Amino acid sequence: MAKVWIVVQHRDGKLHRMSREAVAAGQALAAALGGRGEAVLLGSGVDAVAAALAGYDLDAVHVADAPALADYTPGGYAGVLAAAVAAHGPSHLVFAHTYQSVEYMARLAHDVGGSLVPEIVSFEGDSEGIVWTRPVLGGKLTARVRATGPSPVLVSVQSGSFAADDAVAGSAEPCPLDASAAAVDREILGVEAAAEGEQIDLTAAEIIVAVGRGVGGADKMGAVEELAKALGAEIGASRPVIDGGWLERDRQIGSSGQTVAPKLYVALGISGAIQHLVGMKGSGTIVAINKDAGAPIFGVARYGIAGDLHEVVPELTAAILAAKEAAG
Amino acid sequence: MLAVRGEPPGDQESAAMRIAVCVKQVPDTEGRLRLAADGRWIDDEELQMVVNESDEYALEEALQIAERTGGEVVVFGLGPARVAEALRKCLALGAARAVHLLDDAFAGGDAMSTGRALAAAVAREEFDLVLTGSQSDDDGFGATGSVVAACLGWPHAWLVMGVEIEDGGTAKVTREMESGMNEVLRLRLPAVLEIQAGINNPRYASLKGIMQAKRKEIAAVAAADLGLDPGAVGAAGATLEVLSVAFPAAVGGAQMLEGDAATAAKALAEALQKEVGVI
Ligand SMILES: Cc1cc2nc3c(=O)[nH]c(=O)nc-3n(C[C@H](O)[C@H](O)[C@H](O)COP(=O)(O)OP(=O)(O)OC[C@H]3O[C@@H](n4cnc5c(N)ncnc54)[C@H](O)[C@@H]3O)c2cc1C
Repeated sequence: MAKVWIVVQHRDGKLHRMSREAVAAGQALAAALGGRGEAVLLGSGVDAVAAALAGYDLDAVHVADAPALADYTPGGYAGVLAAAVAAHGPSHLVFAHTYQSVEYMARLAHDVGGSLVPEIVSFEGDSEGIVWTRPVLGGKLTARVRATGPSPVLVSVQSGSFAADDAVAGSAEPCPLDASAAAVDREILGVEAAAEGEQIDLTAAEIIVAVGRGVGGADKMGAVEELAKALGAEIGASRPVIDGGWLERDRQIGSSGQTVAPKLYVALGISGAIQHLVGMKGSGTIVAINKDAGAPIFGVARYGIAGDLHEVVPELTAAILAAKEAAG
Repeated sequence: MLAVRGEPPGDQESAAMRIAVCVKQVPDTEGRLRLAADGRWIDDEELQMVVNESDEYALEEALQIAERTGGEVVVFGLGPARVAEALRKCLALGAARAVHLLDDAFAGGDAMSTGRALAAAVAREEFDLVLTGSQSDDDGFGATGSVVAACLGWPHAWLVMGVEIEDGGTAKVTREMESGMNEVLRLRLPAVLEIQAGINNPRYASLKGIMQAKRKEIAAVAAADLGLDPGAVGAAGATLEVLSVAFPAAVGGAQMLEGDAATAAKALAEALQKEVGVI
């Protein structure tokens, strides 16, 4: 019998945005398997989150509430969940594909002897069970995969794959879950900003010119800076540009950096990996210039030019300046 | 034999660290890709094979810790004969020796079965730390290092952006969170640290390093050497099977502006002025 558990993440008494999407995914999965989902919540003093979960159409809300779970730790969470899986026998565990869940779900899959399917973006049922779809090669391809190992199947749901608004409202009963197996395996010392010094706030920019690895090096930024100047834009970047030291970390856009939604986003030499897209796909108009006509970035762009950015950018700057002058 | 020696004791961070680094060889997929005949992966015959990006950062971090503490780095890689090239590159960068998990039984593995095999190989020696990359650029499971940790029963951290070895058998670890924040935490050693790209500036191999690497050992080990049942590794031990791969359908799809650079740029400037209204 299918029993779908949706393991949620929360902060400051609120469900994580991606956990609300995971609830929608888990409910859809449970429906496909002929059941209703159940939520699982871990933490300390989490009545408010439990109450929010009780407002969904679920069979139960399992709540492990203990001081040892006040801070997330992989050993704390995986320990409690492994014991809970042994006691209740869920067939599926659905997580949001967050930096927290991904860290401990593989360990949990090993500890419970289950199957692991990270980063799904959709699924469909067939006569043999569930076929999951997930990105591979930085989103250049999608793979259809099947879990072939023992139950339970642990899956994580990538951001934006399911709509939080599609989660079905209803009512569910919170019930306590044994938290005695929490095995805290780290000491939390604090939280700090990833970038040093004063931070550039890209979220306020109306126009962003963003560069990716395709720009080719810190010494090749001149033409990009001129384009940004002509447009009155801020300069942002994908992760490899920052990792390579071509620009400062506070200009990173994406899941580990800033989330922006300017009126215009110009992506230069950026392939369009999901971790970048989550940080900019809400932009008004997206323009992409990439020499690979098959790059995933063109899937979210309104206008695209398949070409060498080093040839196109100076021409674009000149065309913009000419258009500005003509407009007076 | 220690390949990397740190400064004299006064400069040492703590006791000599013995560090295992797991590296994966992946295809360099810049440019056009073709699907394999069976439709289950890409045709990588003609692609250049490289060391996975975050694994390069893991190796660099291990080398720096070993240099600071007078320790030693051993690299582990799993895969077909060509993986020896990736291991040789790591030796040229400064690792002391390499272990190559080489056996047809290892083929077609996922994070679960590959992690299990790597853990068995690592467990044959004494290490204070295992460093891996956070995620491979091809499969992207982001899980192999966590499985290694689970098999060894060690604590671990994913997306590590800083490591400081402390006296008393602990490490202070900086871990990336979403939205530009980092979490700082303390772990007991031995531990598995899954290193995130950008933690350091990986070095280039020197000519001397490349020459020395030729004489360093790459020990091949098979599943039986690790006491592993062939059913527990590779495709047989995997919990996930790829049925097919495809190019993603372009959702929405961009309006492509054609012509040479000047023509396309002019058309774009016009669209930005007339339709988007930003000029
Ligand atoms: C946990 C985690 C967190 C991450 N967080 C982030 C994040 O916050 N932000 C982020 O951006 N990434 C993040 N990443 C990395 C992400 O997965 C991708 O690796 C990254 O976004 C790729 O950057 P890119 O597109 O610049 O490089 P690539 O994927 O290498 O793409 C370069 C592109 O440039 C094109 N190109 C090359 N030369 C030219 C030329 N002359 N003219 C035109 N085009 C050219 C190529 O065709 C290619 O499409 C994260 C990854 C992980 C695992």
